[in-house]
Amino acid sequence: MNFLATLYPAYAEIFLLVMVCTILIVDLFVADPNKTVTYLMVQLTLLGCSLITVGTHQHVVAHLFHNMFVDDLMSDVLKLLSYLAISMMLVYSRSYLLVRGLFTGEFMVLALFALLGMMVMISASHFLTLYLGLELLSLSLYAMVALQRDSALATEAAMKYFILGALASGLLLYGMSMLYGATGTLEVNAVSDAITRGVPNTQLLVFGLVFIVSGLAFKLGAVPFHMWVPDVYHGAPTAMTMLIGTAPKLAAFAFVMRLLVESMQPLMVHWSGMLLILAVLSMAVGNISAIAQTNLKRMLAYSTIAHMGFLLLGVLSGGVEGYGSAMFYAVVYVLMSLGGFGMIMLLSREGFEADTLNDFKGLNQRSPWLAFIMLLLMFSMAGVPPTVGFYAKFAVLQSVVMTGHIPLAVAAVLFSLIGAFYYLRIVKLMYFDAPESHVPISIQPDSGLLISANGLAVLALGIMPGTLMSVCAVSVRQSLLLVH
Amino acid sequence: MILGLPVLSVAIWLPIIFGILVLATGGDRNAPLARSIALAGAILGFLVTLPLYTGFDKMASAMQFVELRDWVVRYHIHYHLGVDGISMLFVLLNSFFTPLVVIAGWKVIEKRVAQYMAAFLIMSGLVNGVFASLDAVLFYVFWEAMLIPMFIIIGVWGGPNRVYAAVKFFLYTLLGSLLMLVALLYLYNQSGGSFEILDYHQMAIPMTAQILVFIAFFTAFSVKVPMFPVHTWLPDAHVEAPTGGSVILAAIMLKVGAYGFLRFSMPIAPDASHKLAGVMIALSLIAVVYIGLVALTQTDMKKLIAYSSVSHMGFVTLGFFIFNAYGVEGALLQMISHGFVSGALFLCIGVLYDRVHSRNIADYGGVANTMPVFAAFFMLFAMANSGLPGTSGFVGEFMVIMGAVKANFWYAFLAASTLVFGAAYTLWMYKRVIFGAVANHHVAELKDITAREKLVFAILALTVLGMGLYPLPFSEILHTSVNDLLVHVARSKL
Repeated sequence: MNFLATLYPAYAEIFLLVMVCTILIVDLFVADPNKTVTYLMVQLTLLGCSLITVGTHQHVVAHLFHNMFVDDLMSDVLKLLSYLAISMMLVYSRSYLLVRGLFTGEFMVLALFALLGMMVMISASHFLTLYLGLELLSLSLYAMVALQRDSALATEAAMKYFILGALASGLLLYGMSMLYGATGTLEVNAVSDAITRGVPNTQLLVFGLVFIVSGLAFKLGAVPFHMWVPDVYHGAPTAMTMLIGTAPKLAAFAFVMRLLVESMQPLMVHWSGMLLILAVLSMAVGNISAIAQTNLKRMLAYSTIAHMGFLLLGVLSGGVEGYGSAMFYAVVYVLMSLGGFGMIMLLSREGFEADTLNDFKGLNQRSPWLAFIMLLLMFSMAGVPPTVGFYAKFAVLQSVVMTGHIPLAVAAVLFSLIGAFYYLRIVKLMYFDAPESHVPISIQPDSGLLISANGLAVLALGIMPGTLMSVCAVSVRQSLLLVH
Repeated sequence: MILGLPVLSVAIWLPIIFGILVLATGGDRNAPLARSIALAGAILGFLVTLPLYTGFDKMASAMQFVELRDWVVRYHIHYHLGVDGISMLFVLLNSFFTPLVVIAGWKVIEKRVAQYMAAFLIMSGLVNGVFASLDAVLFYVFWEAMLIPMFIIIGVWGGPNRVYAAVKFFLYTLLGSLLMLVALLYLYNQSGGSFEILDYHQMAIPMTAQILVFIAFFTAFSVKVPMFPVHTWLPDAHVEAPTGGSVILAAIMLKVGAYGFLRFSMPIAPDASHKLAGVMIALSLIAVVYIGLVALTQTDMKKLIAYSSVSHMGFVTLGFFIFNAYGVEGALLQMISHGFVSGALFLCIGVLYDRVHSRNIADYGGVANTMPVFAAFFMLFAMANSGLPGTSGFVGEFMVIMGAVKANFWYAFLAASTLVFGAAYTLWMYKRVIFGAVANHHVAELKDITAREKLVFAILALTVLGMGLYPLPFSEILHTSVNDLLVHVARSKL
């Protein structure tokens, strides 16, 4: 068998890396300040990646590079969604960044590198691969946050993000090293086998687990490791915030699956308790703090924290039901936040950021259609049917009730009630209040079309959620088969 | 089936589609077009529900007009519709009110007409969905979704304190709904993976679980009814909502909560219902007596009618939880009658408010001198509200009181006090507003109701009188379903 053919499952990553390098060079010769050529190349690269991922899909799980890399259904689904998220992010942010002079080749190259990091994370079946993917993602993001170098706020955000991110990586590595000490391996499946066989030093194992969970919580932004989230979301230019807040959550979900489920399923009694605390605290702090925010980006940051808490509820319930619902939740969350941040960028214009709550006042009078889309997004985040946010919450709650944690389910719904308040406030501002500004809203046709599609997708998936739910369940089931 | 289409689906989706069409007319430039489409949609929406009545088999116990399709296969959720004697009349009642509300808002609503009309049409379809759903998740989706248009209606076209009222309305109802969702998920897991409401009816549930399930449903439905002590959102919402909003709230929304007790709480948790009946009866009687007294002291007409609604709905829940045929049937008739009467009263107040822009009783007096036709209609509805024999208000109240006497004399005694209080607060308000000398120049300048308003009131007046004099067409629909329900509830599920 020739060497290239053995790389078959990793073609998408390889293609992306080649293309990133090509774009990096080509961009040097693009004189056009609008960077149209680069932009189109990036979008075509993403399209190419999707085609390759679909084309190289296999019904069996394939391992590669001495078990360091895995290609299964879950990885393919998550990768496809990540391409979509990145592509949408670029469409939304193009005009926003152009007027701010930030739509540079570096921005796009860094975004693609971040994507490559996510793909590596999603497909990792070895702790080192996981870590490499994570660092590639994080380093690209740090740089992107700092890209607007004359903004004090962005620089501060980048600094915070970097320091806390490095700390989290350190925690993670430390945990992994202890795991290595206890089991003698870093391979995901081998760790699982070793734990099942029994290790001499369980204490070391659990100690390592604590560090790993803390590192994960940092990356997810779960309370009490959430401090960086609001500052970074607020400080970074909105396009970067959108990037941080969307696709990486899919990678983070894969990260949780590979680390906690595929390699440490036997330790579930230990980690599910930790996740329980993280989940409840995240929902409480996230939802309650969001009420006090006047800046929409900060509000969405706290809402992210709350959403991550909800997602963790699915993970800690376990089983196809639990992990499947968590994956569905992650996908839905990404779709909703793309729309939310997209709306902020659409309403922004040169020299003006539409990121405070007051900027949404009277939107229904300025543009009924955009207000309606935002209404769908907000009700979806609040989990009100007939939007897809309802089914995301529904699936997670179902897995929680199924495992018998009814008080937990009640707590979760009470926190979502608190959450509903601040989403409602946006609707209130848009529909009930008079506009503060009468500047006409000018929207590029591409991003206008995309936001409409995005909002309507939230509605359509809410009416017909079946397929996506099944896809999530099937992908998770395949990963779980590996464990047992 | 009408024209090969399933009736219930048409009753749900036709108004929604028309609502979207109305929205598509865009800004206020096209307001006349929006109004016409809305009226056409509302009238069509009512007409398509008529086959439900004509084709209804009064003797059958099973659900009728059933539609069953897969929806979300992974969770065994079905698109399952059907009506029995209990729910069918409410689909009709709801569809009947939509054209009236559209006509009532014809001239009054001037800003964002399309959105206003569309919100009512969409809500009408969603409410039909609530009454017709036989799948718990489908029910929940409709139940929650109807909050969105109502929230917008109160918040956009409401009075000065509308934002507070809208948010309070939404959060109150959401709290109850979310707990109900947990209860539904519990039942789903216990039943081995079914969201069929009718499966839950047959399922054995231990006592503790029944009580918890009952409480979860209670929070959802009691907020909507509303029962004492969670009624406080209602006066706020009613007062601040535009006339059409108040009408739909009083005539339809409150019925949704009461309907929930009959479809969910009582048949799913019959033992808990019996065990907690004392509490329910106590809360109902407090609503009847105490809220009746509260209504007496109101100075705002809309608030007065709002409290009167709470008091009347106390009658309804009382009727349910004495578990006899008189009580339940009477309560259902009371619900329908209250729909007509309270809707009509809110329209009456709307007529005055459109002209004088005040809801205060003190700002009126002697309206009979300037608006004699209006005063006559108002008189009829006020009498119906106080339960005068010959009007629809009497039938239900009388039956509930009869049922209550069978259960316990003192229940009936306290419940019957509503005949006194109801007459007192309604007629006293009527006297202060309508009779006496002309109070001020606003009243002196009043013009009597227009042909459009006359039409609306005439339709309602005929219905109120018709139902009062000959309630059989309504009650015969209920018999079989109510008897089945009572037989079912009497069996223990432990």
